[in-house]
Amino acid sequence: MSTLVGTTPLRHERDWNIGWADVGPFLALLVLLVIGFIINPDFLSATNLGNVITRSAFIAIIAVGATFVISSGGLDLSVGSMAAFITGITILFMNSMAPEWGLAAIPAGMVMALVIGTACGLMNGLIVTVGKIEPFIATLGTMGIFRALITFMSDGGTIPIDRSLREAYRPVYFGTVGGISVPILISIAVAAVASFFLYKMKYGRKCAAVGANEDVARYSGISIIKTRTIAYAIQGACVAIAAICYVPRLGAATPTTGVLWELQVITAVVIGGTALRGGKGHVWGTVAGAVILELIANLMVLSDFVSEYLVAGVQGVIIIIAMLIQKFAK
Amino acid sequence: MLKTKLFAAVAVGALMFASHAFSADKKVVAVSIPAADHGWTAGVVYHAQAAAKEINAAFPDVEVVVKTSPSATAQVSALEDLSAGRKLDALVILPYSSEELTTPVKAVKDAGTFITVVDRGLSDAFIQDLYLAGDNIAVGRNTAKYMIEKLGGKGNLVVLRGIPTVIDDERIQGFNDAIKGTELKVLDIQYANWNSDEAFKLMQDYLAKYPQIDAVWANDDDMLLGVLEAVKESGRTDIKLALGGNGMKDIVKKVIDGDAMTPAETPYPPAMIKTAIYMTVANLIGQAPVRGTVKLDAPLITQTNAQEYYFPESPF
Repeated sequence: MSTLVGTTPLRHERDWNIGWADVGPFLALLVLLVIGFIINPDFLSATNLGNVITRSAFIAIIAVGATFVISSGGLDLSVGSMAAFITGITILFMNSMAPEWGLAAIPAGMVMALVIGTACGLMNGLIVTVGKIEPFIATLGTMGIFRALITFMSDGGTIPIDRSLREAYRPVYFGTVGGISVPILISIAVAAVASFFLYKMKYGRKCAAVGANEDVARYSGISIIKTRTIAYAIQGACVAIAAICYVPRLGAATPTTGVLWELQVITAVVIGGTALRGGKGHVWGTVAGAVILELIANLMVLSDFVSEYLVAGVQGVIIIIAMLIQKFAK
Repeated sequence: MLKTKLFAAVAVGALMFASHAFSADKKVVAVSIPAADHGWTAGVVYHAQAAAKEINAAFPDVEVVVKTSPSATAQVSALEDLSAGRKLDALVILPYSSEELTTPVKAVKDAGTFITVVDRGLSDAFIQDLYLAGDNIAVGRNTAKYMIEKLGGKGNLVVLRGIPTVIDDERIQGFNDAIKGTELKVLDIQYANWNSDEAFKLMQDYLAKYPQIDAVWANDDDMLLGVLEAVKESGRTDIKLALGGNGMKDIVKKVIDGDAMTPAETPYPPAMIKTAIYMTVANLIGQAPVRGTVKLDAPLITQTNAQEYYFPESPF
């Protein structure tokens, strides 16, 4: 990975020539689709692909936020727990408002989710930047805090959404617009906005500069604290959007919601072509990375030749091979 | 968590006050259990606290103290704290892990305490005076028997299993043994880690892979919730049965309501902690002999007996 980004310095952003880092993840995706089709033709059925891409949406949306954090040289381990926490608090809020406000409780809850998410992200950011604590440790701490809060709120059990809201809210995960499922549309929208931020606005350039070389960025007059803190706040907002799509899927939050999502998110970002140590972020690559991860899991179930005991191992091997191909095919 | 801690703190505080104010005759029963980190352990905490409350009210000379611990190490410390400076008459413990807790429990035993072990056995079975557990093999077997009967002895099944552990293996073993020799065919079996989300995904994949599925068995109710959502979303009508296991209140409610796809349930009840506490107290107070091994069966829960297993107030 390091050579990938190492050889694509800032010059790259000017002439807009499309490098391997941009195409790589999509090629890997294509190869995976072909292999999948050979193994089991059902793999390419509209229903199956629709299911897989729809459920990759949570990871994709969160990973778009993580692209900002990682690009700016940070890391956020708290996203899975944060998603569970926001899901829980949103459901509790909607349930308490439902008797008074009726269905208006749903949009109100969504707004609250976004506010809480951004605030949680901001908190992570401030601990890292102003508190000057290593991102790994800071977000490991908040990861524990968010997980404990959701466990506390649910007494270790389940927080289900009010029945009166359930049917009205369902389309946010299960609905379609023009034949495309809503979570897919939301993740495309999130990625589009993010790529505008990252590639068309000054902030994106600052982000990559801070991540690539902190000292150089500081000498160029970029505020490291501000840039990184904003990246964490964006991450928080993305987690909230994912939580909003997540609530209607099972209609409940539990202490096991979002467990290990942080690792999937980081994997998606890195498969997508963004270096873990910071530098230029690849938003669309990240989305492809999230879909790849979900496709691999799907393929494991649809194929018959992997023992149930070995699935995780084979998944690991495929991820490593995908990264090696990206690196050497250059 | 905070609530349970507070509860424990208050209980311990009250106990210290009580033992100072009254006499040393008061019999102390310590209950050490894992903290609520998922549905089943949340149920254990709920039922342990319910039992403590009921017994403390019913028997003025017994004090049941409940202490929850978030890890095996914390549980070891909790045992030390509970037994420090005071004699425990009995200890009811659901150990986090067998190996780590064996020696600390032995130390408590050596001080003359009656030991009741629940669910997970210690490495040395001679430590316990009473061992009480559910029957995971029966969970699998009874579910299978019900399926065989309902499907007329033939059909295509898919199975979702949990986290690779003895519990999971035993349930699967009980199930497989029971369907041996019938025309029930397990099309596929995969791990979904006792997690609703993973079960949802896995079930979607099963549905994409197999055009004809007669029944689904998720060996735990958390997973069953994900399965039901995936089936509902797919609009498929070939699935006649979707069964779980454990006795989660949402699923028991379905059985009570006469749900067509989930008309039965097999319990592995977290309320077994309550059974253990009551039995231990019965020995302390009523001199009822309880030493030995108790294995709770996993009787099929159907509409007729479901109320017995329904705890609407419990988090699980």
